[in-house]
Amino acid sequence: MNPRRKKRLAIVASILIGIGAVAGLVLFALSQNIDLFFTPSEITQGKKETGVKPSIGQRIRIGGLVVPGSVKRDPESLKVSFQLSDMTMPIEFKESDPKVTVYYEGILPDLFREGQGIVANGILADHPPTGLSIEASEVLAKHDENYMPAELAEAAGQKHEKAGYSDKQLQGTK
Amino acid sequence: MWKFLHPYANPETTYHFTNKLLPWLIALAALFLSIGLVWALLFAPADYQQGDSFRIFYVHVPAASLSMGIYVSMAIAALSSLVWQLKLADASAAAMAPVGAAFTAIALITGAAWGKPMWGTWWIWDARLTSELILLFLYLGVIALHNAFEDKNLAGKAAGILTLVGVINIPIIKYSVDWWNTLHQGSTVSKIGKPSMSLDMLWPFIFSFLGFSFLVGVIICLRFRNEILARNSIRPWVRELVEKSVVK
Repeated sequence: MNPRRKKRLAIVASILIGIGAVAGLVLFALSQNIDLFFTPSEITQGKKETGVKPSIGQRIRIGGLVVPGSVKRDPESLKVSFQLSDMTMPIEFKESDPKVTVYYEGILPDLFREGQGIVANGILADHPPTGLSIEASEVLAKHDENYMPAELAEAAGQKHEKAGYSDKQLQGTK
Repeated sequence: MWKFLHPYANPETTYHFTNKLLPWLIALAALFLSIGLVWALLFAPADYQQGDSFRIFYVHVPAASLSMGIYVSMAIAALSSLVWQLKLADASAAAMAPVGAAFTAIALITGAAWGKPMWGTWWIWDARLTSELILLFLYLGVIALHNAFEDKNLAGKAAGILTLVGVINIPIIKYSVDWWNTLHQGSTVSKIGKPSMSLDMLWPFIFSFLGFSFLVGVIICLRFRNEILARNSIRPWVRELVEKSVVK
């Protein structure tokens, strides 16, 4: 390589390394804020690195798995409540896991199921009987990266019924 | 080591090379796309949770990974243009930018169309979606710079610098789902070890992915040829070519 090309390559390479370092530092500094949601254990115990806890009355997003058996739906309306626990791999639910209850009124997304990942946006509250809870204004389903045909899922014991709605529940939503 | 590439610094040689390459690319794209898409959209089994909606995967994922792949090739072209001052590298970067922008837009639009029924929202400002949107803006900036200057060399230099600065966004897009928690799911296909997809769903994906890759090859090849002709329009070999085709 002749000296002029070498010089140009050195300039380009140093610019790239500089930008890479800057971007790396910025992302490192912002890493807590780039996270889309708090997990239930971060809400109860604070973020792992900084110990920052969201305060009561703050609007936050929570992300977690719907605890099986915790979904309670009002048969007359679209009110629903369920508990979320941390997303862990492999998926398992323990009594001791930190849980946060979510209250919501509205149509749930198609993928909402027990054991499914959910991201809810709402206000953090502290109700004495259930502990920390979220009054959600929006519930989104988080899909995992697994895709499989129905027969395979049944063989693996995966539930896949959708949450249906009765006409009575849907009254007043149209 | 790179001696075999030297003749292709000549626009005329490269133009004739793309002529030979093009029919092969068209044939491969037609073959893989027709097999892949028919298989994916009609015969692949439906997903256990998402039903038929998951089939958008076969367009969304190839579009998204090609949007990043095209950007990386554009960055390599920009680097060789800045360091070795290859004029053809500029021409190829200018040919690639709109194709990349189109595929980024396809990835964003198909993603939104899937997100509405599955997640419950068209858009969310999570790390993956936001960084992919930034990629679209980078492409638009590169296209704008290529067209902003009368002098093509100056335009290539300016666009090349933006392209290289923007390359930092590519690992951010790719690893956003691992570094931060996002609504977007993690990688299915490019996971180390076993992909999280059953084989009768994965095979049609491989075919449609190759099909879209060859399609990108065809479009870029066509645009690159036009770019070469436009940039060399006063050269005698281009005039000869034009005269020949007019006489016919």
